[in-house]
Amino acid sequence: MAVGKEIRVKIASVQNTQKITRAMEMVATSKMRKAQERMRAARPYADRMRNVISHVAGANSEYRHPFLVARPVKRVGIIVVSTDRGLCGGLNSNLFRMLIQHLKRWQAENIEFEVCTIGRKALQFFQRVGGKVSGQASKIGDAPHLEQLLGPVKIMIDAYLEGRVDQIFIASNDFVNSMTQKPELEQLVPLKPAADAGLAQYWDYLYEPDATEVLNQLLVRYVESLVYQRVVENIACEQAARMVAMKSASDNAGKLIKELQLIYNKARQAAITQELAEIVGGAAAV
Amino acid sequence: MSTIHVDIVSAEREIFAGEAEMLFAPARLGEVGILPGHAPLLTQLKPGEVRVQLKGGEQQAFYISGGMLEVQPKIVTVLSDTAVRAHDLDEAAVLKAKQEAEEALANNTGKLDFTKAQAELAELAAQLQTIQRLRRRGG
Repeated sequence: MAVGKEIRVKIASVQNTQKITRAMEMVATSKMRKAQERMRAARPYADRMRNVISHVAGANSEYRHPFLVARPVKRVGIIVVSTDRGLCGGLNSNLFRMLIQHLKRWQAENIEFEVCTIGRKALQFFQRVGGKVSGQASKIGDAPHLEQLLGPVKIMIDAYLEGRVDQIFIASNDFVNSMTQKPELEQLVPLKPAADAGLAQYWDYLYEPDATEVLNQLLVRYVESLVYQRVVENIACEQAARMVAMKSASDNAGKLIKELQLIYNKARQAAITQELAEIVGGAAAV
Repeated sequence: MSTIHVDIVSAEREIFAGEAEMLFAPARLGEVGILPGHAPLLTQLKPGEVRVQLKGGEQQAFYISGGMLEVQPKIVTVLSDTAVRAHDLDEAAVLKAKQEAEEALANNTGKLDFTKAQAELAELAAQLQTIQRLRRRGG
């Protein structure tokens, strides 16, 4: 029967789309779990390092590393962590909206800024709207390695040490739970004094080869590990957001299919009724 | 024999945590052996082998590609790097990141266009809201 061919084709195409979104949903679910594990695995390093740094801050008095000293702010550096791919709801645009608000506030205070982007979406955003981008890293993948992030981080750290920027921030999403992700801007450098620095310590480390070099490496590693953690967290956010977006896409496709099926059935019924009426009419005429 | 708590971690995962009798590590100025009660020490590590002597004399070895060693009288922390780090390698990463950004932003003025940015974000927000409204209507 030739009735409703267009509708049937349409239903089939929506079904195919639904298959894809459902597959993407399942992939995102399993990737999110892995990303969360990675998030947890990265925590001990930063925790240990924070301990060491609070010891250092308490112990060492003669040498102040530039990372520990705040100075007047004329220019800020921001590391923007975004996703490489889209189809993850409002994750990136929420982050950019929050960022723009801060940039506006800085502009009002005559503070300049430059950014380093991680992830393709952030780079594309600044490509479209302008702004000084001094470095980028993209195609991070689902299991990022620290080495992939070194470029942008070192650019910012160098800029700080040269005095080109006076503060470094990182903008990324905070993984609250799988339904909620919160965009956040966090200050990386200068380091905020540790909370437990209050206890007086009258000892110092033995430094090998010397305090300056050791502290320098330690603090740079610390910043790197913070950035790494943020990137891993952002990937967990990306997968969670994608999971939710794809779930609602699948649900919507299901609804659409139901509606189309109803229309199709009605059209088919109407055609049958009409045919019957024609046959009955024909028989009566004979 | 008394023991000392050893933690070996890298930025990507925890490698070892537990009690040990002694720890050997490839410090910048030569290999060091750490026993319980060692004076506080902070030093850089070269790529090499970190050996942990467990209770009873059994040894476990971990290869690390450099890092830091922190010693407190009762606790030792090895902060391992995840890859071989060298000054020129880091510089290469910087150059790559810079070049890619410059290529991508060849015709960029360096000034952020706030109106454009906000218009774009407003558009995205409107799209999302429309989807939500459609969903509510449909549901």
